[in-house]
Amino acid sequence: MVQTVIDTANHIAGYAARAARVKVVAAYPITPQTTIVEKIADFVENKEMDAEYIRVESEHSAMVACIGAAATGVRTFTATSAHGLALMHEALHWASGSRLPIVMAVVNRAMGAPWSIWPDLSDSLSQRDTGWIQFYCAESQEVFDTIIQAYKLCEDERVFLPAMVCLEGFILSHTYSPANIPDQEKIDAYLPNYKSGWILDVDRPYSHANLVSPEWYMEFRYMIQEAMENAKRLIPQIDKEYGKRFGTECGGLVEKYKCEDAELIMLTMGTIGSDAKLAVDKLRKEGQKVGSARIRVYRPFPTEEIVKLAENVCMLATIDRHISFGMEGFLAAETKASLFNQKDHPHVAGFIAGLGGRDVTSETVEKIAKKSLKYMKDGKVEKETEWIDLRE
Amino acid sequence: MDRPERVNKMVTVKDLPKEEYLLKGHAACAGCGPAISLRLLLKALGKKIILVVPACCTTVIQGPYPYTSSAVPLQNILFESTGAAASGISAALKQRKLEDITVVGWAGDGGTADIGIQALSGAAERGTNFIYVCYDNEAYGNTGMQRSGATPYGAWTTTTPSGKSERKKDMPFIMAAHRIPYVATACTSYPMDFVAKLRKAREIRGTKYIHLLTPCPTGWRYDTSKTIEMGRLAVQTGIWALFEIEDGKFRLCSPSDRLVDKSKRKPIREYFASQGRFRGLSEVDVHRIEGWVDEDWENYRKLASNCASDPVIYGKT
Repeated sequence: MVQTVIDTANHIAGYAARAARVKVVAAYPITPQTTIVEKIADFVENKEMDAEYIRVESEHSAMVACIGAAATGVRTFTATSAHGLALMHEALHWASGSRLPIVMAVVNRAMGAPWSIWPDLSDSLSQRDTGWIQFYCAESQEVFDTIIQAYKLCEDERVFLPAMVCLEGFILSHTYSPANIPDQEKIDAYLPNYKSGWILDVDRPYSHANLVSPEWYMEFRYMIQEAMENAKRLIPQIDKEYGKRFGTECGGLVEKYKCEDAELIMLTMGTIGSDAKLAVDKLRKEGQKVGSARIRVYRPFPTEEIVKLAENVCMLATIDRHISFGMEGFLAAETKASLFNQKDHPHVAGFIAGLGGRDVTSETVEKIAKKSLKYMKDGKVEKETEWIDLRE
Repeated sequence: MDRPERVNKMVTVKDLPKEEYLLKGHAACAGCGPAISLRLLLKALGKKIILVVPACCTTVIQGPYPYTSSAVPLQNILFESTGAAASGISAALKQRKLEDITVVGWAGDGGTADIGIQALSGAAERGTNFIYVCYDNEAYGNTGMQRSGATPYGAWTTTTPSGKSERKKDMPFIMAAHRIPYVATACTSYPMDFVAKLRKAREIRGTKYIHLLTPCPTGWRYDTSKTIEMGRLAVQTGIWALFEIEDGKFRLCSPSDRLVDKSKRKPIREYFASQGRFRGLSEVDVHRIEGWVDEDWENYRKLASNCASDPVIYGKT
């Protein structure tokens, strides 16, 4: 029977690792990720989880231990945040380059200096080019579902890549909400034994990841790009099938809300997507044709879906909880890049909001939408990138 | 801890398998100490091992894709992360009930004493079940001989053109301070000693650390035919001592066990004179080093003589 728990998204991530029958967990504590690895430690010590728990001495070692374990043929899990993720950076490349289906929860937290423990997406977005699939969640149920789906996806032979499942610190990580945990038997039927493209095997001895000359290196990179394209095709299918089995769907690559007849679409990531829905409802009541679309999968980037969304709208407004210094938010930049080669495309208005945990509520989104509606009417934007709720 | 009797048996060359697990055509320099020792290591431990290799000379020695000179599974891994990778592999083997497979970290001195010390220390503190061999050619060989924490005082490297002004980091005792069950030193020039230590280490559960001095003609500046001679000189002059620290008990191994008396040791000058990297050593430097070597041996003497009554330098966990 489905068990409904009321718990934090971090604990629910722990439930997901247990449900996926992860065999090796290697983790290092960092706020706000800690309660995930504490929950898993409880599960392992209570024998609710048959896993080796490696209490490593750094996040770099956490990722490398996951690489070693995944290479030795078992399902692995880890979790981190911000500086921990940054410390892993080198190993992230090694994991994807080795084509190992590691799944990691990233509890989004702003990067220092100065120290901040509050959320924004700059930690995981800085890892954009590491060859990891990136999911961004809007609620606890989605955290559970996406971790299970991520194993399904990553262990598909057409993919064999690692994935990070991102959830914003505190907003999700430490907030209690209900989530359904499906029957273990049903999860087992959905997620069979671990599968990877290769394994360290004394009967089939190979050298793995040894030096590759320029004659071969590009082909390995191209294969990762192909795997990303395959992932883009598979994610909506996997989400749909998961929805049929377990009753919860997460929105595929992009979760769309009231976009059909919209003249303005708010593009968001993470929990701002939930606030955007409330804002859309309010604006719709006022007669404004506004919709919202939450980018659930950032890598591979859902270019085709963005193009489709843009077909009949006057404006796309992107809300980035992130800034690429000297440019703009990645969501704004990549939305523009996706549309650039289209013959006719709407203007993209970029907004930066919620850095370092500054509150983004439905009122904030409403304010952004109203600004955008004004720009639509005026036929021009005030600024290419606008920072919201910035102190004077 | 229970130890099978056979591990204490003397090992001779005849006991080594004829099979080669470091295959022909590998890419080591002529006279490479590490390559000689890696070949021996693989013979000593056989094919039921998984080798973990960070960035080091062996990255090159194994040869480029799609070839390899390793006949055992070899995981190349990031420079600073041998201990962490071994932890993951060892944990997965435990889950898969394949604990008869030995995990071996094979890392250079830079990857051990410098950039990899954190992951190694973490793995040792966690009691990770693996053998870690630091093959020490006393500099970053793969990148063309830059100074490492294991480079000895006075030695020329490309980043210490007038000689290193600090002493060599004492890795074996740093590892002993982790209270791991087995720490040993070895040298390319004493193959049977190395083999016996590897086989003993294999039978012990937990983290086993072997610090292997591997002469390097390219970096030490001597003729490629003299590698074995260089290692012997290092031991005979007392610059490098062969010992074991088993469950905290310190023991000098042959021939170092006969060199406590200074008069039995060759003058250290012979070692310095044989290598171009020590060309810049002054008389004062040689005296200073001689003092340090004497201090080391006084320390070994105390530790070894303590063996009979109070053998534990670091408590057994």
